[in-house]
Amino acid sequence: MSLAKRIIPCLDVDNGRVVKGVKFVDIRDAGDPVEIARRYDREGADEITFLDITATHDDRETMVHVVEQVASEVFIPLTVGGGIRKLDDIRRMLNAGADKVGINSAAVFNPEFVQQAADKFGSQCIVVAIDAKKVSADDQPARWEIFTHGGRKPTGINAIEWAIKMQDFGAGEILLTSMDRDGTKSGFDLPLTRAISDALTIPVIASGGVGNLDHLADGIIQGKADAVLAASIFHFAEYSIGEAKQRMQARGIEVRL
Amino acid sequence: MSSVVVIDYGMGNLHSIAKALQHADSAVTVTVSADPVVIAQADRVVFPGVGAMRDCMQALQSSGLDQVIKQVATTKPLLGICLGMQALLSDSEEGGLISCLNLFPGHVRRFADDLLDAQGERLKIPHMGWNQVQQHPHPLWEGIPQDSRFYFVHSYYAIPDQAAHIIATSEYPQAFTCAIARDNIFAVQFHPEKSQTVGLRLLHNFLNWNGKPN
Repeated sequence: MSLAKRIIPCLDVDNGRVVKGVKFVDIRDAGDPVEIARRYDREGADEITFLDITATHDDRETMVHVVEQVASEVFIPLTVGGGIRKLDDIRRMLNAGADKVGINSAAVFNPEFVQQAADKFGSQCIVVAIDAKKVSADDQPARWEIFTHGGRKPTGINAIEWAIKMQDFGAGEILLTSMDRDGTKSGFDLPLTRAISDALTIPVIASGGVGNLDHLADGIIQGKADAVLAASIFHFAEYSIGEAKQRMQARGIEVRL
Repeated sequence: MSSVVVIDYGMGNLHSIAKALQHADSAVTVTVSADPVVIAQADRVVFPGVGAMRDCMQALQSSGLDQVIKQVATTKPLLGICLGMQALLSDSEEGGLISCLNLFPGHVRRFADDLLDAQGERLKIPHMGWNQVQQHPHPLWEGIPQDSRFYFVHSYYAIPDQAAHIIATSEYPQAFTCAIARDNIFAVQFHPEKSQTVGLRLLHNFLNWNGKPN
């Protein structure tokens, strides 16, 4: 018996409400973040991630309050991503009760920000979020690149090289999202997940594309991920966290029950 | 009414631990402080910490809190968490060789980079997530089932010289010490404030502990 693989439900929060878009459009309202976080905690979630998809300053305040409320009654690790651009953004989220922050675009525009953040707050709270998309043709060796702006803007940066650089800069963990799979419910990009996990010594969270419970297990077994993240299959109560863990256990994966 | 103070020496986020302590026992007054007088007056003291050992020891020494902790360690219930546990050993190899508080003879070492699990899969560093804890008898484990999972995040681990100080172990993949104790001191590598029901129970037990090892 050893370390359990983690299941991390993700709540996409816009203006204080949990939403989940399919490829970032067609957003459906899934409910109150505090209520949903409580439910996930009861069901046995190993961590909870909030992705703040809000653009405006006022709504950012709303997110701080959501984290404060959740942190005073849910005692498992909480990660907040979305709009983290300055050291002060990190400090505010940690003070509100977050344990880790996810840094995405800001890392691409200014990689040294990851270094500064890890030096200041410790690697344990710095999760670098990578949005990757396959750019090679099917008959060529696979190559993935980093995309920004919700998968719309290519950067030309090789995803594997980027992940190694972020690890060297002090990231404690990588949250890897396949922009090809996100919202499709067709499963993780397993070759991508495997390639990144094999290239790193730090843990990798697989994200993007979960449509059923076997996809979660595939991410661990074939993708070699250390944790799996999913949003919509849990929000709309298609499956509970408990069911997900039972399926993973049935497939020989060690989980916390 | 009893009181607990969380020592604030600039290493990491103390809000989580303060909130969890308050939740674990609403009757206790929880304070976060760097003031030696406030710390000296509290009934119980929590010594948390995340980040690097060099920064930790420098912060403690420059503020004089290293002496305050050594004083507390002789008088009242003290709970070390994560880096706050490692700092209780003699030294740590994190960032060279750093002298620590030496309240428990022993060393702090890094996990090897080439660890494999039973299936031959490479193990990641930091050791991050929920792992099982094998307890040795101590009043702070009361009501917590043997082999319960607690939340860990660390790359270094303690190796106490004296086996009698080991109060729990975990496996990654070999057994390592994840909790140490003697007299009125108890310290854990994992994060009870992030370990849901079992973590809150451990904090509750600490807040109601008389400081006796049995």
